[in-house]
Amino acid sequence: MVRLEPRPEPSRRMMFASPLIAAALMIVTGYVMFALMGREPWQAFHVFFVQPLSSAYGVGEWLLKATPLMLCGVGLALGFRARAWNIGAEGQLTMGAIAGGGVALYFHGVDAAWLLPLILLAGVLGGMAWAAIPAFLRTRFHTSEILVSLMLVYVAQLLLRYLVNGPWKDPAGFNFPQSVMFHDAALLPLLVDGLRVNIAFVIALALLAAAWLFAYRSFAGFRMQVSGLAPAAASYAGFSDKRNVWLALLIGGASAGLAGVGEVAGPLGQLQPSASPGYGFAAIIVAFVGRLHPLGVLLASLLMSLLYLGGETAQLELGLPSSVTGLFQGLLLFYLLAADLFIHFRFKPRAAGSSEAT
Amino acid sequence: MTAAAPPRLELLGITKRYPAVVANQDISLAVRPGEIHAVLGENGAGKSTLMKIIYGVVRPDAGEILWEGRQVEIDSPATARRLGIGMVFQHFSLFETLTVTENVALALDAPPPPAELAARIAAVSAQYGLPVDPRRLVHSMSVGERQRVEIVRCLLQRPRLLIMDEPTSVLTPQAVRTLFQTLRRLAHEGCSILYISHKLDEIRELCDSATVLRAGRVSGRAVPRRESRESLARLMIGHELPVTRLPPRTPGAPLLEVRGLSLKSADPFGTALRDISLEVRAGEIVGIAGVSGNGQKELLAALSGERPVAADAVRIGGTPAGRLGPTARRKLGLRYVPEERLGRGAVPELSLGLNTLLTGSAHGLVRHGLIDRARVRELARRVIERFQVKCDGDRTLAGNLSGGNLQKFIVGREALLASQVLLVAQPTWGVDVGAAALIRDALIELRNRGAAVLVVSEELEELFMISDRLAVLAEGRLSPTVPTAATSVEQIGLWMSGAFAAEPAVPARAEAVHG
Repeated sequence: MVRLEPRPEPSRRMMFASPLIAAALMIVTGYVMFALMGREPWQAFHVFFVQPLSSAYGVGEWLLKATPLMLCGVGLALGFRARAWNIGAEGQLTMGAIAGGGVALYFHGVDAAWLLPLILLAGVLGGMAWAAIPAFLRTRFHTSEILVSLMLVYVAQLLLRYLVNGPWKDPAGFNFPQSVMFHDAALLPLLVDGLRVNIAFVIALALLAAAWLFAYRSFAGFRMQVSGLAPAAASYAGFSDKRNVWLALLIGGASAGLAGVGEVAGPLGQLQPSASPGYGFAAIIVAFVGRLHPLGVLLASLLMSLLYLGGETAQLELGLPSSVTGLFQGLLLFYLLAADLFIHFRFKPRAAGSSEAT
Repeated sequence: MTAAAPPRLELLGITKRYPAVVANQDISLAVRPGEIHAVLGENGAGKSTLMKIIYGVVRPDAGEILWEGRQVEIDSPATARRLGIGMVFQHFSLFETLTVTENVALALDAPPPPAELAARIAAVSAQYGLPVDPRRLVHSMSVGERQRVEIVRCLLQRPRLLIMDEPTSVLTPQAVRTLFQTLRRLAHEGCSILYISHKLDEIRELCDSATVLRAGRVSGRAVPRRESRESLARLMIGHELPVTRLPPRTPGAPLLEVRGLSLKSADPFGTALRDISLEVRAGEIVGIAGVSGNGQKELLAALSGERPVAADAVRIGGTPAGRLGPTARRKLGLRYVPEERLGRGAVPELSLGLNTLLTGSAHGLVRHGLIDRARVRELARRVIERFQVKCDGDRTLAGNLSGGNLQKFIVGREALLASQVLLVAQPTWGVDVGAAALIRDALIELRNRGAAVLVVSEELEELFMISDRLAVLAEGRLSPTVPTAATSVEQIGLWMSGAFAAEPAVPARAEAVHG
């Protein structure tokens, strides 16, 4: 029988190989799955992974959808490094969309250079405020931030739905549950004419670089890392656990809020009943597949974004259900967690083991 | 004891390898019925692994175990118990919220009804002079009492071999004497005892024979009564015991003052501190003796700043510091070496360099919020060099160091950065003899340079070796502080059981002490 034994020290090589192994296994399972559904697998892969990127417009969509994943993912990655388990980025994203969208609606028609920065700031603050609730409850009452942040997702989503069905509904919108379209001064400028990708992508790239600096070069990032790795050592060193939790959740909330306002002031251009197709949850996968490292987050965001696009194309071209995207996401995380086992363990060779005595 | 009878337990060529180390290599030993057999060795010599193999917790890679002449496979502790092997672990396995009877019942394969079991516990405890009240809840018991519960639990199963793993580290000297009487009585009745220890004097006093382990191998066998301390030490460590000298020195002004410190424990089963007053002056080492669990954790948390107290309760260099956190106290010149090395004194997953940054950030290692990596590495290299930390440089992960090397690194880091006061908890616990000597010398050197050093330790021998003055922490209260030369192991041992309330500030008795 195959046995596992602990490695004397965690394998760095396995740590980097694990996401690649997970992606490979995801592809293999996808092959089997496509075949079982009666589709020609290679053609399906082509539709899924190649076709979306075969036009400039497709590449623009790819980067556009990667943007919220990068933003949410990098914020979560910083928090997860500190073992603050913020599962509610989707809710913080929604609150960012509501707050930023609210400002855009309030100043509707005002044509000023300060409006867009104000909208973005409102989005950031909205996400932070939503993340502050689990932070406060955790530091004050030792509640689990996992549960609180997750449940607040649904509160935020219901609030958005209420707003676009009620007070913020476009009076001239044929009773559709959506706000008026934002005017140009309230929208993020496009990077290239004809593509939908906007300046938020550049902001996200800059934030990834800043996150790297914070996590690997700043003392504050070091404190967060120590709090995550060894809480007792952090307490001994005098790093406040409360400050760590607050910082971790606020960073996550701020970047998710920015992602949310980036959606409504970007491709959506208005408030709709939903601000995202689950970017906040997908970002949890992004953070782990990206090994909680900003560069990894970038690559993982691009992969996840491709899964979203591929899912849409497959729906159109092959008539596959849209849940195929979620399936690929799930497979990726599933295989990643399995492969991560081998960071700390390895197969025990049969010959040298005690198995003959058993 | 008839000479013809086979040994109760015989090990032949036992070998156990772990991915990183060989814990036991070709170990053989034999224990006769009614013999008290010592397994002697330094920390990390492989004693615990060997005992776990005998008790069925760990399976050997090679070798044979003979029980009363028959070859046996001990694949679980249950099998071991069925054969008649009992083990008292160094770290107790008792549930604090349960009574003695309930704890014992949990360990038995087929426990009798509670009332009957309680009666049997009372009977056994009376028979062997191990007073234990079967109805008491474990959390209300002292460490010594808990050990008695563990022993009674073993004795109820009428063992024919009893394994005792470092049993005296949690006992006062007086309690050690009582334990030895019990063990001798058991041996007299024919029970064999395997006695694991690194304390040479105890082994010479108690044991009939000894197997000495060094680096996982048998390095010698001896009849301890016929050996000297020095000859046993040579077998155990391969060379002479290092000598520690504490040159006389007149202390200066008090650098650490504690006044009327009271503190509730954060742990529901912890010990509250009651009205503690203490003074550590420049150029002296004050030792705090006592069995762990008597408020040591709480005292160190209050002194290091992890638990804030009243401002005036703790003064560092004259400044009220009770309300300050660890970082602010470090700026006042207070440094602290905690008891737990991995996960508290150092982060195992980080490099030695970053572990220097853990407590060294105020020493020019951070500029404008960014880490100055060159300076971090330089400081780490200085610690590594000065304190002879065996590693591959400052990029080595702290978790990859041996216990002794890591402790050298942590003590070195704090000693190098300490300007005024150094608190040290269990400085040489689990550390090999060579590293222990180096650590003690570092503490003495710091004292000679004019720092105030406070050492909290369970090792009486060590405290007598390096302390200018001694006090005892028992049940959250601190005894009077006495010059080491004016007290004795007996006196301190008596105090360790809490018997100092009525004592005068300086005891009349002054005896010569070893060390």
